[in-house]
Amino acid sequence: MTCLPEIKPGQKKLGLVIDLDTCVGCQACATNCKEWNTSGHSAPLPDFHPYSAGAEGVWFNRVHSFEAGEGEQGRTVHFPRSCLHCEQPACVTVCPTGASYKREEDGIVLVNHDTCIGCGLCAWACPYGAREMDEDAGVMKKCTLCIDRIYNETIPEERRIPACVATCPTQARHFGDLGDPESAVSKLVRERGGYDLMPEMGYKPVNKYLPPRKRATVQAKPVEDAPTSMDIKNPLLRWMDRVLTR
Amino acid sequence: MNPAGSIVFFTTASGAGYGLLYWLGLLRPLGLIPGDPWFGLVALGLALLLITVGLLSSLAHLGHPERAWRAISQWRSSWLSREGVAALLTYLPAVLFGIGLLGDIPALAAPMGLLAATSAMVTVYSTGMIYASLKPIRQWHHPLVVPGYLMLAAFSGAALLAMLAAFWGNGAVPAVLALLTGAGGFLLKTAYWRGIDTQPPEATAESATGLGQIGKVRPLDPPHTQTNYLLREMGFRIARKHAAKLRRIVLAAGFGLPMLLALLALLTGGAAAMALLTIGAVLALGGLLVERWLMFAEATHTVTLYYTGT
Repeated sequence: MTCLPEIKPGQKKLGLVIDLDTCVGCQACATNCKEWNTSGHSAPLPDFHPYSAGAEGVWFNRVHSFEAGEGEQGRTVHFPRSCLHCEQPACVTVCPTGASYKREEDGIVLVNHDTCIGCGLCAWACPYGAREMDEDAGVMKKCTLCIDRIYNETIPEERRIPACVATCPTQARHFGDLGDPESAVSKLVRERGGYDLMPEMGYKPVNKYLPPRKRATVQAKPVEDAPTSMDIKNPLLRWMDRVLTR
Repeated sequence: MNPAGSIVFFTTASGAGYGLLYWLGLLRPLGLIPGDPWFGLVALGLALLLITVGLLSSLAHLGHPERAWRAISQWRSSWLSREGVAALLTYLPAVLFGIGLLGDIPALAAPMGLLAATSAMVTVYSTGMIYASLKPIRQWHHPLVVPGYLMLAAFSGAALLAMLAAFWGNGAVPAVLALLTGAGGFLLKTAYWRGIDTQPPEATAESATGLGQIGKVRPLDPPHTQTNYLLREMGFRIARKHAAKLRRIVLAAGFGLPMLLALLALLTGGAAAMALLTIGAVLALGGLLVERWLMFAEATHTVTLYYTGT
């Protein structure tokens, strides 16, 4: 059913917290996402013309880079973009078949590839561009929050986190329950002023982004060393200084 | 947004078919169009042909057309599903209407005609709502989109009915309706275009990234060097100068000329009216195809904020 599950207080809301301060734009999260998901729940993630001009394919995670601000206050910010597992996902409610759904137990938004008709309306309804059509299989695909890792009892417990989080070399990605105010991710969001993308759209994303930290205030420019004759200890040099300034 | 041919054709053809069914079902019980059962059957046949061809064309847009039947299940939340349900339900009164016409049973034809007319209107309303409910596309999430779909279906339907009625010697009432709805469509589209040209975008690159707190945001490096599904589907842009020219074509050839021809047909009548209203109907449908293409080509999606900043 594409009607959304009722949100109860204390509802589990699994999601990601992405730290734009520490992300270095290395693309490891995108690469490991593709690697894991091309053989997991949503497999395969096809590539078209992989070895020639016009190579493209289905990815669940895309890392953009932006410039923000001017001059000394300007920053280069690397910006990973993936499904935000919204609380009000219109991508789910517009689905005519019920293939798109939001899980009641943890809020993960998924697509049933066996009933998807590939109409593409959900991709139109997502403001964030989180859904990409698998034009090979004729069905829509999207980030599953690595549902086949986080609940996977056949892998060691410490690896039961999304592939993008596991691989991030700067720990810019955090995974947890954003519905629990005492979880590590919720605390992180509170401490660092985590925010929603495009809040004006009203989709209430679960994933949060942490802003780049404020730079230390720029000090006054360093001053050139200009010793007076009183500062010159060497008598010979002091004499030369006096002769030359005459 | 990418103007997919199958969708452009579907909304134009089915829209005209539902418009024709609407006016036929409404005007026949009122006695405002030729009462000959054959006229009714030909008009109904054309309406159902346009509707069916359009619906089949929309299936071509799907990745899995054989699963299309599943689309009628989520009518509680999805306007696309509601459109599917309404489109299928419309066939019922339409076919009974046809039986009423064939057997010359006014007691069946009249109520079924009115029911088919209502159902046709609901279907077109649902089509409009599919687009109007999409917040990320501001040119569609606009209060004039649904009235536009309804008005243009009524206009193309009236133009087709006027053409057919002229062949049965009495096209006056639908010709007047084509004139009125044509004027309505002209004004509505003009107001809509002015609206989307002046309306500031709700979301910006700053709100899309949340980096507005630092300053103005500019895309620096894209995540991929080649195109992808998002850019092909949502990143389609039409040059402004082409859009302006196409808008003038829609207004002149899609609305202006058919209205002028309908007016001339009202004045001349007879065989001249047949020719004039036929040309008018063809022009109206051609103009609407361009209008529908523009509806997609001029629409922008918020995902492009991440790629181009606008």
